Amino acid sequence: MQFTSSSIGRKILMAITGQAMVLFAVVHLLGNSSIFGWLNGGINAYAEHLHSMPLPIIMGFRLVLLAIVCVHIWFGIQLTIENRGGRPQEYAVKSTQKATFASENMIWTGSLLALFLVYHLAHFTFQVINPETAALSNLVPLHDMMVPNVMGMVVAGFKNFFVSFIYAGAMVALFLHLSHGIQSFFQTMGWSCDKSQPVIIKVGTLVALGLFLGYVTIPLTIFAGILKG
Amino acid sequence: MSDHKTMTLTLIVWRQKSANDPGKFETYTAKNITEHHSFLEMLDCVNEDLIHADKDPIVFDHDCREGICGMCSQIINGAAHGGQERTTVCQLHMRKFKDGDTIYIEPWRARAFPIIRDLIVDRSALDKIIQSGGYTSCHTGGVADGNAILIPKAVADEAMDAAQCIGCGACVAGCPNGAAMLFTGAKVSQLALLPQGKGEASMRVKNMTKTMTECGFGNCTNHYECMAACPKGINVKFIARMNREFLKAQFA
Ligand code: HEM
Ligand code: SF4
Ligand code: FES
Repeated sequence: MQFTSSSIGRKILMAITGQAMVLFAVVHLLGNSSIFGWLNGGINAYAEHLHSMPLPIIMGFRLVLLAIVCVHIWFGIQLTIENRGGRPQEYAVKSTQKATFASENMIWTGSLLALFLVYHLAHFTFQVINPETAALSNLVPLHDMMVPNVMGMVVAGFKNFFVSFIYAGAMVALFLHLSHGIQSFFQTMGWSCDKSQPVIIKVGTLVALGLFLGYVTIPLTIFAGILKG
Repeated sequence: MSDHKTMTLTLIVWRQKSANDPGKFETYTAKNITEHHSFLEMLDCVNEDLIHADKDPIVFDHDCREGICGMCSQIINGAAHGGQERTTVCQLHMRKFKDGDTIYIEPWRARAFPIIRDLIVDRSALDKIIQSGGYTSCHTGGVADGNAILIPKAVADEAMDAAQCIGCGACVAGCPNGAAMLFTGAKVSQLALLPQGKGEASMRVKNMTKTMTECGFGNCTNHYECMAACPKGINVKFIARMNREFLKAQFA
């Protein structure tokens, strides 16, 4: 049987693409945290550093990420549809013992993340949500050159309650998705046993919590006026 | 008998004449039940009353009544085998209930387990999984030859833990996706761990998981409900081991 039509094979593809996105999320957060000033020049310098890479590398990276997201969404929807029919009729009494809110709602938290992804790219990558604060059209000096004002764009965005709210809400979805997803990755890859699994579940939830706290701090501190432009 | 307090219980039981009948819940009263009755003996009492009243008895699967054959199969108040840890329905006793309780009794519900009648479902899909690879075809010799193959105790113990599976299907019934990963994982692991089974390990895991999908079982999403439902305490580490075997088999 083809890997991509088998039950475990598709699960493995979901797990690898999911975990690749987790790695991306960790690196993305580390980069974004330059907004708090630990890098000389802040997030503007970090953004400039990324954009000064050769175009083929940037586009290649974006294409790989896009492919990863597509594979994850494709099999996520396919497996969920198959599984919905796995128990044709629900039991009269619902008595769930081990499943969690997070594990039962992966498709919904995942869908929220997909919607958020579109919004987030439109907001900060394509910069079409608030064109007047778009970084690409507002250059500021950095060292001895003029660079896009990413800091200004982010701060202007998160001063708005609804924008901050959307980001914070999406991060709740991310926390739920990953509190199940990270440990699920290890189980699906077969990298867990009865002794390691309880630890993996705890650490996975902690990593999900860390990502949640790290990401929400940015809109939160800006909206509260602690982090200023 | 006089010093035995008895209980009266309300049973809400799934009744279905055949696979094509839509089925519905019926309410019955179980009278004169003592705490020493097993759950199946309690149903025997109800069935006797039904027969005396010229009604159809409740049809349910059972055989050994000592927790080893895997025939008994009921969802009791939403939990497979009644939800008591490591207990089959036949080993569940009425002391777990109290006078006046209302108990819902349903059949295993899964796409791959069509209902035959009332609480009996067709579990032959599990046999199909076994037929597609749950065996070894190499000559293993007589008893003495078996003892000549040295197997470290830890490995033998692990294989025995997997071999505890009695094929009842509670894992499928407990899984929201109707997946058979715990059953198949236990069978794949039990053989893959031992030298006699290693030779065919990659063919086995590919074929058994393929049959699993063909029979209409769902895919695992790691809820671990199967492990909570299993009367033999089969651990989901055997699903992880099967996933590992599956990955290995891609390169074999
Ligand atoms: C873009 C929209 C997304 C959708 C529609 C989606 C949907 C799903 C679904 C249905 C599952 C399977 C649930 C299960 O088997 O338990 C899953 C698993 C997973 N997801 Fe997502 N997800 C999305 C985004 C993400 C993102 C952004 C990340 C990481 C930052 C992520 C990480 C994971 C991980 C690690 C798993 C566990 C893999 C496994 O099943 O073993 N997902 N996702
Ligand atoms: S793994 Fe447990 S629940 Fe599943 S068939 Fe075997 S004994 Fe029954
Ligand atoms: S009747 Fe044999 S295990 Fe219950």
